[in-house]
Amino acid sequence: MIALEGIAKRFPNGLQALDDLSFSVARGEFVSLLGPSGCGKSTALRLAAGLLTPDAGAVRYADGKPQIGFVFQDHTLMPWADALTNARLPLDLKHVPRADADAGAAAALARVGLAGFEHAFPRELSGGMKMRVSIARALAAQPQLLLLDEPFAALDEITRNALGDDLLKLWREDGLTMLFVTHSVSESSYLSQRVLVMTPRPGRIAADIALPAARDTRLSPATIEAQRVISGALNSAIAV
Amino acid sequence: MKRLADIILPLAVAALLLGAWEWAVTHWQVPAYVLPSPSAIAKAFCDNFASLMEALASTLTVTLEAFAAACVLGLATAIAFSQSRLLERTLYPYAVILQVTPVVAIAPLILIWVGFEHINLALVIIATIVAFFPILAGATLGLKSADFNLIDLTRLYGASRAQTLWRIRLPTALPYLLSGMKTAGGLSLIGAVVAEFVAGSGTATGLAWRIVESGNRLEIATLFAALALLALTGVLIFAALSLLEWWLLRHWHESALSAS
Repeated sequence: MIALEGIAKRFPNGLQALDDLSFSVARGEFVSLLGPSGCGKSTALRLAAGLLTPDAGAVRYADGKPQIGFVFQDHTLMPWADALTNARLPLDLKHVPRADADAGAAAALARVGLAGFEHAFPRELSGGMKMRVSIARALAAQPQLLLLDEPFAALDEITRNALGDDLLKLWREDGLTMLFVTHSVSESSYLSQRVLVMTPRPGRIAADIALPAARDTRLSPATIEAQRVISGALNSAIAV
Repeated sequence: MKRLADIILPLAVAALLLGAWEWAVTHWQVPAYVLPSPSAIAKAFCDNFASLMEALASTLTVTLEAFAAACVLGLATAIAFSQSRLLERTLYPYAVILQVTPVVAIAPLILIWVGFEHINLALVIIATIVAFFPILAGATLGLKSADFNLIDLTRLYGASRAQTLWRIRLPTALPYLLSGMKTAGGLSLIGAVVAEFVAGSGTATGLAWRIVESGNRLEIATLFAALALLALTGVLIFAALSLLEWWLLRHWHESALSAS
């Protein structure tokens, strides 16, 4: 679906953020990009979305640029607009007729469990619900590729787990391709099929870990084993 | 209950002060050409009601036209600045120069250039110069304050500049713009009054001219009546803009939420 090939990117302050970063994500895969803060994960995600251009290397898409949904660490909602209008933003920007856009946004809100909250303003919603609206907004444009930049980092653990389960459900039902940036070993071990461990300064892939399928709960032995493997890879990546 | 107190308490203070004023002027027999009693001012107000209202209409017309012009020009300039950093860097210093130069000093020049036959236009221009800057400054800051991630999101969906401006930048700027408008509303009135003072005799017909004229004739009660009318006008402009601000921001902005 998407491949980053030999990407190099400097931060505006001259620091080498990424150097020779290469990885690919296949259609329908759920891949986590795991690394410590400041290792360039978010930069890699922005490059994947085409929001940044690499200094060297290239971002390639398998069959033309897919429709991309992006979820930020903060909910990034428009405070002046209700949930429906927020979720409708991508459709409005694409000049979808209002009735269709309303229907699409309402359906997206329903998919994240927010039916009935269409006319609630962000300030009336909890942190978890705001993040759900943000996910609904990404879903509204019916993306093939969903890029998530530590979307649950600001949430409490109970909300985070509930949202994680919902995300898995969306992924299974819609056949989405997911690229999920996180610094949480437990999140990546449970949610994803494959974990890419990144080293900091400059950021590149240190380990590419395919996880077995049988991780049906956060506490099943396979999940715990996956955490052990990922932690080991992360520790040796940071130690280098 | 608290609302009621907000209205009753200032009114009670006003009644008390006016009563004391009335008593003091009568008791010490202060000459009416130094300080007239509130009742004399009220009488002057009623006696000159028609002409004062005419003067008010004249000043208010200049004020509102200048305010409207300042809003349109200020916002338009801010939008132009938001679209081009080069334009902003080139022209912003001139906006500042216009702001810091005392308008009283520019006013005679404007009167000469525009000509006394277009006196109202000259007055509106002078008042607009006074009111323009807070709107420009507020809108410029507001248009720059848009969430970077939201801007990125519009890029992701291939939005045009106009779409980003309309859907993200302008709504973000609204609270800043309204705050600038509240300042500019009062400044439009001040600008109109200053302009009338500078324009002087025979040409201006507004409240400021009534104040000058009443002062020259030692009709101090009429002067006070005109002054009170000006103050009331200023308060009403501020109240109207505060109401507009609350109404537009009531669903989402902290400032409006704490007020409701």
